[in-house]
Amino acid sequence: MQTFDLEAQGLRALNSTLHAQADNTDQTHWEIVNPKGSHAIAVGLDAPIEVNIKGSTGYYCAGMNKQATVHVHGSVGPGTAENMMSGTVIVEGDASQYAGATGHGGTLVIKGNASSRCGISMKGIDIIVHGNIGHMSAFMAQSGNLVVCGDAGEALGDSLYEARLFVRGSVKSLGADCIEKEMRPEHIAILEELLERGGCDAKASEFKRYGSARQLYNFNIDNAY
Amino acid sequence: MCGIVGLFLKDTALEPKLGDMLTDMLITMTDRGPDSAGIAIYGYETTGNAKLTVQSNTPDIDFDKLDNDLRKRVKGKVSMDIKDTHAVLSLQADQVKDAREILSEIRPDVRVMSHGTTVEIYKEVGLPKNVAERFDIRKMSGTHGIGHTRMATESAVTTMGAHPFNTGIDQCLVHNGSLSNHNSLRRKLRRRGVHIETENDTEVGAAYLTWRMQTGSTLGEALTSSLDDLDGFFTFVVGTKDGFGVVRDPIACKPAVMAETDQYVAFGSEYRALVNLPGIDTAKVWEPEPATVYFWSHNAAPTAQEKAA
Repeated sequence: MQTFDLEAQGLRALNSTLHAQADNTDQTHWEIVNPKGSHAIAVGLDAPIEVNIKGSTGYYCAGMNKQATVHVHGSVGPGTAENMMSGTVIVEGDASQYAGATGHGGTLVIKGNASSRCGISMKGIDIIVHGNIGHMSAFMAQSGNLVVCGDAGEALGDSLYEARLFVRGSVKSLGADCIEKEMRPEHIAILEELLERGGCDAKASEFKRYGSARQLYNFNIDNAY
Repeated sequence: MCGIVGLFLKDTALEPKLGDMLTDMLITMTDRGPDSAGIAIYGYETTGNAKLTVQSNTPDIDFDKLDNDLRKRVKGKVSMDIKDTHAVLSLQADQVKDAREILSEIRPDVRVMSHGTTVEIYKEVGLPKNVAERFDIRKMSGTHGIGHTRMATESAVTTMGAHPFNTGIDQCLVHNGSLSNHNSLRRKLRRRGVHIETENDTEVGAAYLTWRMQTGSTLGEALTSSLDDLDGFFTFVVGTKDGFGVVRDPIACKPAVMAETDQYVAFGSEYRALVNLPGIDTAKVWEPEPATVYFWSHNAAPTAQEKAA
């Protein structure tokens, strides 16, 4: 395992070292110590490596991730895993606003709570939150899955396209064009897989499904889930 | 952008280190606001006395024999402690009103930064590190304090545009965000006789709170009504004689992180500002909710009141 002291070696050295890892690297395990809330830690990775961050991070941790697994042993600042393409990001603590925003793929697991605008404009990412999420989450979400084991804040799924939202607890209010939908067997199956992937012990049957009423955009049957 | 820090001490043993801890927090927030900085420190009260912190761009001239000149006119005790462009005038609390009138007459270029029994506000243009050094903030002790690093968006980079703003006796306000209805609100407040000096948006926010409190609201009520009357983005931290309060607008896009241990309650625009506080690894760390007014006080239990939509 490679250990990197962010305080001593600096952010640019960290990210360029991680970027230098190729698909076939044999240095697959990295540990970052002293993150101290720094911005842009482990962004733009594109190799099948595992990065463990020992502490809390600031803005944009693990943004634009491809292939890599980034595991934060603390809480994360705004914009974590923004525009993720593939791979996995796991947050042991809480996440600040717009976690997983615009994500195209991969899995983001938040074991604490996520703040406002979680999954805003998500485009295929799967986001699994063990706790609650804040207001305006999944705003203009286009595809992918958002699973919330706790409660959702105001205006969930406002101006939603075709993403699936699963919430176990209460929803403070639904945004424009977001409605509760029937939970059919295929949705239970999808949710069970997501809960397992996210390490949640919740039962799929306890969740409600929300999605687009398809009144705000020109609905095309080819996009339907 | 702008950065905000705040520190409220529960453990009196930390009081001698308040200035030092706040200075570190403030410097960490330099890249959120490198153009000006300010800090409000709540120190200790002398019974019957009040403090005016004043500022001059020509301190050598304005502060020369200022204590003597004031003493002669108010006919009471006046002492003065000069720190760079600022001076703290200590005088009898019941003579402050007269003293301010006399001050504007005998030193028209001197501006009052703060009025209170415990608060002192220091603010200037420049990097937070340099501002803190000029006023020797590290050596200051006290019960609580708030600080601000400014990246100006709405008005000029000047001393009077820097934060904190004094909103009443021992009260002050710092702001991260931008108010979009400050011009119309400024006109409205001026028609009601409220004095507003600059074109700065936060000064209008501060004047609004002062006006609400002068017309019968508590600080908590004034902050709650600000959620209706102020349009724009804001995270406000307000300092009061015995604690501090936090409120974020309902959209809450301006960041805010709080941390609490048995020793302190701390506020930072980012977690980075808090990382060197003692026991931060085991502190309770969370984000304040939008449209919710929080207060921590030395004299009462903490409160959090969500405003009904």
